[in-house]
Amino acid sequence: MFVQICMRSTARIIATALSLLLLAGLTSSDAKLTERQRALHALNRLGFGPRPGDVDRVMKTGVDVWIDQQLHPEAIPDKAVETRLAQFPSLKMSDSDLLRTYYAPLLMARQRMKQAASTAADNGTARTDPVELRKELLKDIPADRRPQIPFQELTAQRILRAADSERQLNEVMVDFWFNHFNVFAGKGIDRYLLTSYERDVIRPHIWGRFEDLLMATAKSPAMLFYLDNARSVADPANRPRQQPRVAARAFGRGTFGGGGFRGRGLGAAVMIRPPRAQSRNQNRNRGGLNENYAREIMELHTLGVNGGYTQKDVTELARVFTGWGIAPPRQGGGFVFRPQLHDVAPKTVLGVHFPAGGGIEEGERMIHILAHHPATAHHIAYELCQRLVADDPPPALVDRVAKKFLATDGDLRETVRAVIQSPEFWDPQNYRAKVKSPFEYEISAVRAMGATIENPMAIARTLRQIGEPLYGAQPPTGYSDVAATWVNTGALMNRLNFALALAANRVPGVKGDPASLIPAAAAADPVSSVDALAVALTGGDLTTQTRDTIKARIVERKAPEQDPWANTQLPTVAGLILGSPEFQRQ
Amino acid sequence: MINRRFFLKSSGLALVGGSLLPNVFVRMADASTTRGRKVLVAIFQRGAVDGLNVIVPYGDQAYYDARPTIAVPRPGSAAASALDLDGHFGAHPSLASLVPYFRDRSLAMVHAVGSPDSTRSHFDAQDFMESGTPGVKSTEDGFLSRAVNARKEANASPLRAVALSPALPRILSGSAGAVAMTNVAQFGICGGKASGELASSFESMYAEAVAGTLGGTAKESFEAAHILQKSDVAGLKPDNGAVYPQNPLGNSLRQIAQLIKSGVGLEIGFTDVGGWDTHAGEGGAQGQLANNLRNFSDAIAAFAKDLGSRMGDVVLVTMSEFGRTVRENGNRGTDHGHANVMLVLGGGVKGGKVYGAWPGLAPQKLYENRDVAVTTDFRDVFGELITKQLGVPALKTVFPGYEATPSRWRGVMG
Repeated sequence: MFVQICMRSTARIIATALSLLLLAGLTSSDAKLTERQRALHALNRLGFGPRPGDVDRVMKTGVDVWIDQQLHPEAIPDKAVETRLAQFPSLKMSDSDLLRTYYAPLLMARQRMKQAASTAADNGTARTDPVELRKELLKDIPADRRPQIPFQELTAQRILRAADSERQLNEVMVDFWFNHFNVFAGKGIDRYLLTSYERDVIRPHIWGRFEDLLMATAKSPAMLFYLDNARSVADPANRPRQQPRVAARAFGRGTFGGGGFRGRGLGAAVMIRPPRAQSRNQNRNRGGLNENYAREIMELHTLGVNGGYTQKDVTELARVFTGWGIAPPRQGGGFVFRPQLHDVAPKTVLGVHFPAGGGIEEGERMIHILAHHPATAHHIAYELCQRLVADDPPPALVDRVAKKFLATDGDLRETVRAVIQSPEFWDPQNYRAKVKSPFEYEISAVRAMGATIENPMAIARTLRQIGEPLYGAQPPTGYSDVAATWVNTGALMNRLNFALALAANRVPGVKGDPASLIPAAAAADPVSSVDALAVALTGGDLTTQTRDTIKARIVERKAPEQDPWANTQLPTVAGLILGSPEFQRQ
Repeated sequence: MINRRFFLKSSGLALVGGSLLPNVFVRMADASTTRGRKVLVAIFQRGAVDGLNVIVPYGDQAYYDARPTIAVPRPGSAAASALDLDGHFGAHPSLASLVPYFRDRSLAMVHAVGSPDSTRSHFDAQDFMESGTPGVKSTEDGFLSRAVNARKEANASPLRAVALSPALPRILSGSAGAVAMTNVAQFGICGGKASGELASSFESMYAEAVAGTLGGTAKESFEAAHILQKSDVAGLKPDNGAVYPQNPLGNSLRQIAQLIKSGVGLEIGFTDVGGWDTHAGEGGAQGQLANNLRNFSDAIAAFAKDLGSRMGDVVLVTMSEFGRTVRENGNRGTDHGHANVMLVLGGGVKGGKVYGAWPGLAPQKLYENRDVAVTTDFRDVFGELITKQLGVPALKTVFPGYEATPSRWRGVMG
């Protein structure tokens, strides 16, 4: 009897609790974040998390003022980072300089190796160990011309900017837009072309009009190479009758497209050649259409996969983009349109008819149309809201942001502003609700610790382990922006290990000191250090359960005499906090 | 009885009367087995491998007409040419290390297999293939996860389903508690002497309700780590002189073999390998695809050799989101197509045969006038494997909305 009553009352309590929760859920939009929470939320979502003191600084400035500043990054001084980046020479180089400086020596070394290998094969002394071969290949290349330098410096700048730049929202949007227009560093010479791609194509356009950004990517050597558009040429039957001689020569020799070093000196060394069949002594009429870019520009860059295009639209759009290519490095290595390789037959894409005899303007017109298409507005709005607000963004918000995109001619600053100024962005149910990507997680941990990155490549290596190597997404889709991708068994274990290693100064080249984050009195006492570090590292958003777990670990540790408090345990506390479920979220 | 099998084999009859023989793994005498636990290993070739150049329909003139520069030559017609399988199909010469298993009747292929959905988007096609629900985007979990759940087991090992990848793939996401890892040896909390204590701190932190979705994930991770640390899985060396190639797939398969040999309860192993999106410069008997296929084939062959007689309890299957265009494109490559080929290797496989209804490559036979038509739904291949290899009694929950009737199976397994 007693048991029954007890059960009934328990059930009633649970029911009450549930309805209260439900009520809380329903009315959560009316609830407000505190000013401190607003500052923290802004720093988490519009940046890579707070450094020590950042929350107070943002509150002092005023959250809305800070956001407005962040929306105009060009006006924010960023001297410290810029000075630091000045030590990386490749970041300022043009494509052709990069290729000449870092790629040409590699190609020549390969050539030498090839000759040496055939001699060695004759003598039966051929080496096969890949590590040895690589060492052999690089041994005569001067240290400042090593082929890995541009990629390492590019990676370093992204990490340093995310961690240390005052223009935090800018870095978030660089990450977002690079990922949207993803180019994979592992594809051939894209490893060298990415420097200019991020610097000249992504960064200058992310606060402008979407059409300009789209056009810049379409004409970038990195994208032209990555999605094979530089190789896509008209079917011979559809090319203009008169093949201009000059252009034919430009195509025959020393252009980008595939292949490698032909031993014709430096000029040729850095050039990627068109398919062999198109070289001078063979039938120049070979070569033809490649659908790769035409599909991805609609599926990923603009309309979205359900944007209403057909396979026929893909093929016809590929024809529209024929002739778009990459100039030889000695001509600057930039975008070039080759009319003689353009498909001049009539075509229809998405209902837009192009009569015979067109040129580059067809592709430019399609880019204009795609950039202003309602499906594109929706696709971009959805992705932005997913990135900044919630994995599964509220449809009403997406619609409003899409409208803003269309109404402002695709003004990306105004579109982002519409997301940030929405009630949904500030809804308490979205506070600390989104799981950080590996990049966000690592950088936010470094920032929270107030750590100094002496060697950015150490961070690059751990990012690889966690599953998000920078510039390392092979498919054009880029990396996922939802928790399900990142919150899983193996990845979580790697995150926890990163947290412990970072806090204990075991990530080589990254230095931090948890003791510096809290008052000396708190640092001296195990239990109060947990509370103090919880405030310092998470703004106090650490549940009682998590705190108690950490405190228990501190109090109940085995052999405390061999495990003295001051030196070893403070990093452990910090590591446990950085690994906590709360810190996984932003 | 004087080994009738031995007699058949040594008299050469095996070659003619092959159907009398089970595949080589079943015939292997010394049975160091997996203690009867059946294992299914799946490899996803991400990027859409060109199945027509993997298992070459050399008997189809249309194949050569459509591919003037990237076709794999007919068997014997060139120094590097297709390795004949059945008089119509030949294996790419880079599959040389796997062809002996075909001859031993432990390797089968299913051609013209794929997803009925017409998408040529890598992302969507992979998504549909991994969710097991082509055309339905809202499916939350992967079909291999549902296959694990379809056969409940008391005290199931947290290592029942393992993906060798940095993140859990779609195909294993869901409530089955699959674990993703890239390095079996280093899976766990690395905190020096205090590792154990730190792990339990994290465990209780993540056990709390506050962890939400993170909680379940963490539980599985920690349990898996406990077992791995106890069993010294990573210390197991390859057997039978197997040498894995130094590439990511070789590395993954080596570790899946370690999990199988250590008896930690693996039932489903998964890994993926990229680099198949050959839009340009694909090559024929030699070149880009040939190099990738050699790495691929050698890694699988090393896996089979390593496991030896244990392969009697293992089936390995390969998959890819769609095939590629029959015609080569303007850059000596191929664009996104439709049907593809799957390889099935292991004990219980009725190998030595290319299964599936070959639709042919004549223009009127092509899907949307450009691609190999799908004549076998990939769910019918997996349906058969999941039923016969994993003993899943019903496929209703594995492939919801699909009538996965045995009558549509190709009979790849005995």
